[in-house]
Amino acid sequence: MAMSEKKEKETVTKTDPEDVLELHDLKSWFYTEKGIVKAVDGVNLRIPKGKIVGLVGESGCGKSMTARSIMGLLKFPGRIAGGSILFDGKDLAKLGEKELRSICGKDISMVFQEPMTSLNPVLKVGRQVSETLLVHNPEIGREEARKRVVDMFGKVGIPEPEKRYDSYPHELSGGLRQRVCIAMAMICRPKLLIADEPTTALDVTIEAQILKLMQQLCAESGTSILIITHNLGVVAEICDEVYVMYAGRIVEQADTFELFDHVEHPYTKGLMASIPRIGKNPERLYTIPGVVPNLLHLPQGCAFCTRCPCATEQCRTEKPVLTEIREGHWSACFLNQAKSE
Amino acid sequence: MNVTSIRRFQTDNGAARDAARGVRMEKSGSEKKEILLKAEGVYKEFPTGKKGQAVHAVNGVDLTIFRGETLALVGESGCGKSTLGRALIHMLPLTDGIVTYRNQVISTMSDKVFRPLRPKMQMIFQDPYASLDPRMTVRDIIAEPLVTYHVCRNREETTERVLQLMKAVGVPADFIWRYPHQFSGGQRQRIGIARAIALRPELIVCDEPVSALDVSVQSQVLNLLKDLQKKYGLTYLFIGHDLSVINFIADRVCVMFLGSVCEVAGKEDLYSRPLHPYTEFLLDAIPQPDPHRRGEKREVLSGEIPSPVNLPSGCCFRTRCPYATGLCAKERPELRAIGNRFVACHHPLKR
Repeated sequence: MAMSEKKEKETVTKTDPEDVLELHDLKSWFYTEKGIVKAVDGVNLRIPKGKIVGLVGESGCGKSMTARSIMGLLKFPGRIAGGSILFDGKDLAKLGEKELRSICGKDISMVFQEPMTSLNPVLKVGRQVSETLLVHNPEIGREEARKRVVDMFGKVGIPEPEKRYDSYPHELSGGLRQRVCIAMAMICRPKLLIADEPTTALDVTIEAQILKLMQQLCAESGTSILIITHNLGVVAEICDEVYVMYAGRIVEQADTFELFDHVEHPYTKGLMASIPRIGKNPERLYTIPGVVPNLLHLPQGCAFCTRCPCATEQCRTEKPVLTEIREGHWSACFLNQAKSE
Repeated sequence: MNVTSIRRFQTDNGAARDAARGVRMEKSGSEKKEILLKAEGVYKEFPTGKKGQAVHAVNGVDLTIFRGETLALVGESGCGKSTLGRALIHMLPLTDGIVTYRNQVISTMSDKVFRPLRPKMQMIFQDPYASLDPRMTVRDIIAEPLVTYHVCRNREETTERVLQLMKAVGVPADFIWRYPHQFSGGQRQRIGIARAIALRPELIVCDEPVSALDVSVQSQVLNLLKDLQKKYGLTYLFIGHDLSVINFIADRVCVMFLGSVCEVAGKEDLYSRPLHPYTEFLLDAIPQPDPHRRGEKREVLSGEIPSPVNLPSGCCFRTRCPYATGLCAKERPELRAIGNRFVACHHPLKR
């Protein structure tokens, strides 16, 4: 029953021309000496045109590895062990490095968490951004490239863009550096921007600025954004659709409003309950017991069963499949599924 | 404005400050709160290497910590909150100012004279990966303060104490011979906490203890800190940047910007009715975990933090403040009392 529904979903997504990117049963495994670490284990995800999609989870749940798989940035001993990454009618998982390079940076670009480490400290920031532009459009020439970069610096809210073109990364503050990274990602007008914890290293007031900027860019240029974060506040703020990930799998997926209003999966429920909120002053915070399981020794059944307050015998022996429990709301939990039936 | 003129300015306004302090004393008297630690006019500068230039990390801070409370220091990175936290417990020498602990002036003490007081003031660090020695076992890490201060008579007694401490912070006893790399971030932070409470301190400076942790682990550590406070009657100076975390843990909140205190108030007052414009912007900037509040028009604070090397004249927040006037550029606002709270602003927000 669950299988047939899952198949149904796949056929629907495959024919949907409104999607920029589709992941089908993506598996990124790391072949270590101690065994196979299934960092990403069968992830289905779709990013509609012009939408902001959030991928949420705690550290080590595989959310960054999902992003890296899309960009072909997995490092040894990791590789894509199965599934497909459909973008523009092509399967990125099967493309050679050369073909992938012509797409990544141009049609798909990425913003990383640490703006300091993702910029080259010995090159002027303007040059780094124009390099991206020139690699993908060698015909435009240096002068035109400079003009476009300065233009883009202005768009992402860098004050005195002409002057900042010749600055080195260390001369800029964290917020400005992240703006440079966003400018670099946006300079080729990508169809998809992947932002891996773009505001985690920034202060709250700067975070608010960057989130607003990303929303603006998305609305103006029609770029879709996949935002990877552990901060549910960021998700609530800007995402249209949310995927919650746990131990390499998607455990819940829904529209943002639907997810926050009617959270179903026990893990997501636990996450939501454990964040301190302003305006509520409980004596104690809710905690999810235990720790994130080691990906090498996952429980036989549901990966969350050891920490779940309502796990049953079925949860310990069988792996739940992501199933639609309500219109547009998917959950990988036997209890939710039983309730919906 | 250079340093000396700022300082002179401070003494000129000494009368006003004394008045404010008078109010503070009176209030503490009526509520029978005992002052544990008090800082007056604390300055901390770091030389930049260039002659006559310095990073003004902390600029004339007055602060009182009452016994048994949790006082939170909030601000953006680089505002001097960690420097202040360290300076208050004698981990950094002050450039100027006085810190008193239970009527003893500790800021002028030498390390040797201060040594007997160190057990009373401990610290929990931000990064549990960097603050534990990777080559020491859990037992040795937690035992180190006990050994240094000769608390126990022999090895067996020390190990016994270590086991008690591990139980208190929720680390299973059979992990005693493990090394830090075998633990998750949350458990490492628990070990760091066990080390901090080993000598039964009165005051613990918690320097962003949960910033490096995941949401689900963060709530465990916050609960633990609250439990320990109740159990051992601890006083916390909780340094953080996440106002929702601080809302959970703090009794009073002190907001800092660029080395100066903007506002000090009780938690309820501060969150429901911020008086300093910066506090309001900070509260507005937090992404709320509720998509229905997205529509609420929030003002985003423009600009970045000015350089702490060349401080702006007058109020240091004026370059980002939408309400700034000529007065703000001319005169540095003093921390003054409004009701039972303190705000350093010429034009506090009226509600």
